[in-house]
Amino acid sequence: MYAQKKKIAGVALIGVALAILPFVIGMGFGNAWMRMLDFALLYIMLALGLNIVVGFAGLLDLGYIAFYAVGAYIYALLASPHFGLHWPLWAILPLGALVAGMFGMLLGAPTLRLRGDYLAIVTLGFGEIIRIFLNNLNAPINITNGPKGIAGIDPLAKNIEIFGYALHSLYLIYYLFVALALLIVVVTMRLEKSRLGRAWVAIREDEIAAKACGINTRNVKLLAFAMGASFGGVAGGLFAGFQQFVSPESFGLFESIMVLCMVVLGGMGNIPGVILGAVVLTVLPELFRQWAGPMQMALFGQTYIDPESMRLLLFGIALILVMRFRPMGLLPSSRRKAEFEHAAEEGVTS
Amino acid sequence: METFIQQLINGLTLGSIYALVALGYTMVYGILGLINFAHGEVVMIGALVALAVYKALAATLLPPLLILLVGLCVAAAVCMALGWAIERIAYRPLRNAPRLAPLITAIGVSIVLQQFAMLFWGRSYHSVPALLPDTSYDVLGARISAVQIVIMLAAAASMAGLIALVQRSKLGRAMRATAEKPEVAALMGVDANRIVALTFVVGSALAALAGVLVSANYSIAHYQMGFLLGLKAFTAAVLGGIGNIGGAVLGGVLLGIIEAMGAGYIGDLTGGVLGSHYQDIFCFLVLITVLVFRPSGLMGEKVSERA
Repeated sequence: MYAQKKKIAGVALIGVALAILPFVIGMGFGNAWMRMLDFALLYIMLALGLNIVVGFAGLLDLGYIAFYAVGAYIYALLASPHFGLHWPLWAILPLGALVAGMFGMLLGAPTLRLRGDYLAIVTLGFGEIIRIFLNNLNAPINITNGPKGIAGIDPLAKNIEIFGYALHSLYLIYYLFVALALLIVVVTMRLEKSRLGRAWVAIREDEIAAKACGINTRNVKLLAFAMGASFGGVAGGLFAGFQQFVSPESFGLFESIMVLCMVVLGGMGNIPGVILGAVVLTVLPELFRQWAGPMQMALFGQTYIDPESMRLLLFGIALILVMRFRPMGLLPSSRRKAEFEHAAEEGVTS
Repeated sequence: METFIQQLINGLTLGSIYALVALGYTMVYGILGLINFAHGEVVMIGALVALAVYKALAATLLPPLLILLVGLCVAAAVCMALGWAIERIAYRPLRNAPRLAPLITAIGVSIVLQQFAMLFWGRSYHSVPALLPDTSYDVLGARISAVQIVIMLAAAASMAGLIALVQRSKLGRAMRATAEKPEVAALMGVDANRIVALTFVVGSALAALAGVLVSANYSIAHYQMGFLLGLKAFTAAVLGGIGNIGGAVLGGVLLGIIEAMGAGYIGDLTGGVLGSHYQDIFCFLVLITVLVFRPSGLMGEKVSERA
């Protein structure tokens, strides 16, 4: 009884914090920070989607951003002047999730027999194929508008006025993103405990043993790809509406790697860890970029390293250091941590 | 027919370079079972260091061929040191960590190397001076340049050297033993740490050679040149069966030829609907098709699922 009360209080506290967070950040730091907050939420959704494939099912996917791209282009095509269509958000998002999920199956089907790094390179190739098609499908029929991308996409929300108080659209978008991110968190948490989630973990640990226990590994793997992909598709649709512009450039391999880093750095398979990873890798590099210039000016009187490469440099160093000292990630799941320590004690090299 | 032979020559040139880089991936994979994501950046560093040497020696009146050789030697030395350092910093501490951890550190190393190169050499494309004679020869109606001949010969020679090293020398035997089973190799008196470090060093020397050759081929060097090249070479290594040296060579050459043929013919085959910018799709489609039917690559051994 007491534990349950404590849990309810915790949830309520998180709810209140999430509700007032935008006002603290928006008032205190300005709209640039609000945008960053919204981006962090998008990356949380992406990272949680990839976590299903990589963290739960143990299938290394290096082309995850392709599903984000699919979701984004579906929104862009159905709600922009490009085809003159202006569908409502709530019609597009489920469609985007569905189509991205189908793409996930499409990727999953031929790769069922592949293991580890072979799977990694095929998913990487798949991601590149999608990007190259987006880049070139402006001829003979103009579908994606090629490298120029699609502009003028319908916004997710407009600035509104409540009780005579002007509210920037970024705030409404924030609440939309928080709601969807929470939905995804709840769904993944429920999935993790479900029969399907346990089947994924079984496959990750030992595919043959899982099969012997009666798990239909083919269907379960395909479901992992499809579900992970559909989360990516939802996030992609939100991204398109948020930026009001999409181009193939946003969906390169580096983005896939970035999302993978969030999952692994935060703590693969552990939902709070993945969320932390997404927030840290969105916010910290941005902070460094903003501070790097002024700090160098103050210290040396001139800028030696331009902020953008400073950001990447620090990002790279951070990846090395975190993995060096916390190879299980910042917040590892208890199960994996136990396994790791067990293996280390026995001196087993995996 | 001329187009066919011309594309075959271009493909073989490109393929020899892919094969050289793929060897680096495959050797590390064979011995440690992990992808060295930073290998492409080693190639880039090799090319840029060699270029710096060319520039420094341009004022002296040394014969161009000698300048090229000096550049290659300096680049190889730098890359070997770099390969050793990468192993020490990013891989050795994580030998017993979960499988994805070294992948992430490798990505980190790759980003750091790229940014360092950018700070050092700038964002611009550097043109690489032509140090080889600018002659070309007629082969059945197609042209083959001296540069292309040198690339193929150099690649073939170093691959033969590598195979001899791995199959015949004491070091090679130790490498194969470590790849087979590190614990047992250690019991037989093989210093596994030293062997792994040497594997990185040898792979990096080949990467330096590849960097010099690729910048001679395109006459251009750039801080981001390693990324796509590394990706293609890794694809080649997987295509051939990762961990297998012969497979890396086969995969590299095949991939080079497929790409050149794709670029040469795709427009005609599809009536101009698909242009040559789809050539990258070609190589990935071939890869996926091959892996569907042979899940461990063309020459990869059929490994049991779990030891």
